[in-house]
Amino acid sequence: MTPVLETRALETTTPVLELDDVALSYRGSAAPVVRDVSLTVRAGHSLALVGESGAGKTTLLRLLLGLARPTAGTVRFDGEPLALRDREQMRRFRRGVQCVFQDPYSSLDPRRRVGAIVAEPLRSLGIADRRTAAPKVAEALERVGLPADAARRYPHEFSGGQRQRIAIARATVCEPRVLLADEPVSALDVTTRVKIVDLLAELKQERGLTLVMVSHDLSVVASLCERTAVLERGGVVEQGDTARVLGDPAHPYTRRLVDSVPRLPG
Amino acid sequence: MTLLDIRGLTVRTADGRTLVDDLSLTLGPGERLGVIGESGSGKSLTTLAVLGLLPEGMTATGSVELAGTQIVGATEKRLTTVRGRDAAIVFQEPLTALDPLMRVGRQLAEPLRGKRRLTGGALKRAVAEALEQVRLPEPDRIARAFPHEISGGQRQRVALAMALACEPKLLIADEPTTALDVSVQAEMLALIDTLVREREMAVLFVSHDLAVVAKVTDRALVMKDGRAVEEGTVERLVRAPREEYTKALVTSARRLESALDLRSAP
Ligand SMILES: Nc1ncnc2c1ncn2[C@@H]1O[C@H](COP(=O)(O)OP(=O)(O)OP(=O)(O)O)[C@@H](O)[C@H]1O
Ligand SMILES: Nc1ncnc2c1ncn2[C@@H]1O[C@H](COP(=O)(O)OP(=O)(O)OP(=O)(O)O)[C@@H](O)[C@H]1O
Ligand SMILES: [Mg+2]
Ligand SMILES: [Mg+2]
Repeated sequence: MTPVLETRALETTTPVLELDDVALSYRGSAAPVVRDVSLTVRAGHSLALVGESGAGKTTLLRLLLGLARPTAGTVRFDGEPLALRDREQMRRFRRGVQCVFQDPYSSLDPRRRVGAIVAEPLRSLGIADRRTAAPKVAEALERVGLPADAARRYPHEFSGGQRQRIAIARATVCEPRVLLADEPVSALDVTTRVKIVDLLAELKQERGLTLVMVSHDLSVVASLCERTAVLERGGVVEQGDTARVLGDPAHPYTRRLVDSVPRLPG
Repeated sequence: MTLLDIRGLTVRTADGRTLVDDLSLTLGPGERLGVIGESGSGKSLTTLAVLGLLPEGMTATGSVELAGTQIVGATEKRLTTVRGRDAAIVFQEPLTALDPLMRVGRQLAEPLRGKRRLTGGALKRAVAEALEQVRLPEPDRIARAFPHEISGGQRQRVALAMALACEPKLLIADEPTTALDVSVQAEMLALIDTLVREREMAVLFVSHDLAVVAKVTDRALVMKDGRAVEEGTVERLVRAPREEYTKALVTSARRLESALDLRSAP
């Protein structure tokens, strides 16, 4: 797989999403779980968040999604502060930004059939009704390698990796501009993983999708994201072009991470 | 003597679909076996069948003998004595195994109390030690937290700590490191390796990652569409895969790995 190397015209586009010096403390805890974090996501420059378990990656995605409010700093969408009460902005946000959560099972409504779950963004955004949604849902399920009859079943009838792919199908069915994905391929065997990486690469190429992805799999990061930010204990220790960050790490933690990647025997 | 003897295990749904098809494997005390395979190939269902935990409506036929107990057709009462003592399992999705309404420390205390007959301060210390052993920072805070108040990888390590606390004869680990960054993952694999050796535990280790499997076991079984298609040393499977799926697995793994060869990139 050719790693994405260049980052062209970095300064020319308005950032789609931005964290400006944000911090977040949970109620009751003394130290903030993330602090002094500034990140910029520009259209066409997918960003990977990597780092130690518990470093705050999921927390940053929750901030970007407006699911958590920063205790300091600003979150911006299309250059404006994210304001949950601004209905026009929220409409644009929901139309443009989709997400895949880290625990696929708890993010899928157990009482609804997979077809309805995947159709949900299409229906709630008014892109399609029950009838016109069906072919789009079928296509989305097929793209992630699930059989067509998957639409009729319930989430508990699927394996861990299949549920993860249902979440990916749901998040990509309405062709978002930005996909925030928290460990989207962690439950997939490598052959399936390669197919999903190819799918995401194609959505980037052909539909202009921008990814913000948390992944422990550094090869997936290198395959899909132009930029990488490395987190350690709530702070960004380095960020930059993926090829530079992973190929020639400046921070000792990044070096340790790259050196720990398990390699195939032989 | 064999600890686990699976012969001709077949798992079917109520509507007659075959999900695991005539699977056989054996494991002696202290032995380790990796199970790898395509997403949806029946790995998790096989591990569930070992403890008589198949979802409602599914039926198992064939024979699963665990430490002398026939699991297929066993009463729930009989199964309760086997679970935890003869085999303990780290489930693929930790959230499904943890009680969302109970603090992490109390959940972990249960097997410790049962196994080592600890109470009061000694029990509290044992809980903290078990959390430290899986490299969780701030064990006191984590013990007091509810499952949704800790990160995905922290939950996964709590689940591992709970299974280890049972000190079973057989540890079944279903993708136990998918939510961990590579450096914590390396530590967890080393921990499993050491404890298993010290306590002479046998291990059935499910993973989609050949390089990860290689760190824990020498021997692995490859599954595809509910069947065991190939078995051998991990080394041999990587060097000279025989079956079509194993070949694809190795090719995909190599392709992903090559994305990380950034240092040599121009
Ligand atoms: N609701 C909460 N209350 C208090 N602390 C929390 C809460 N949720 C998460 N944390 C803590 O915040 C820290 C960051 O968690 P976060 O989920 O962002 O980590 P992460 O980088 O996504 O880790 P992983 O790779 O394990 O998923 C962790 O130490 C976690 O225990
Ligand atoms: N409760 C259920 N009802 C019907 N089918 C099921 C149920 N649970 C699992 N299946 C099906 O059984 C097959 C095997 O599932 P299993 O969970 O064992 O796969 P797996 O090998 O663990 O996959 P993964 O790597 O994705 O976790 C899958 O095709 C799945 O769709
Ligand atoms: Mg996380
Ligand atoms: Mg599974």
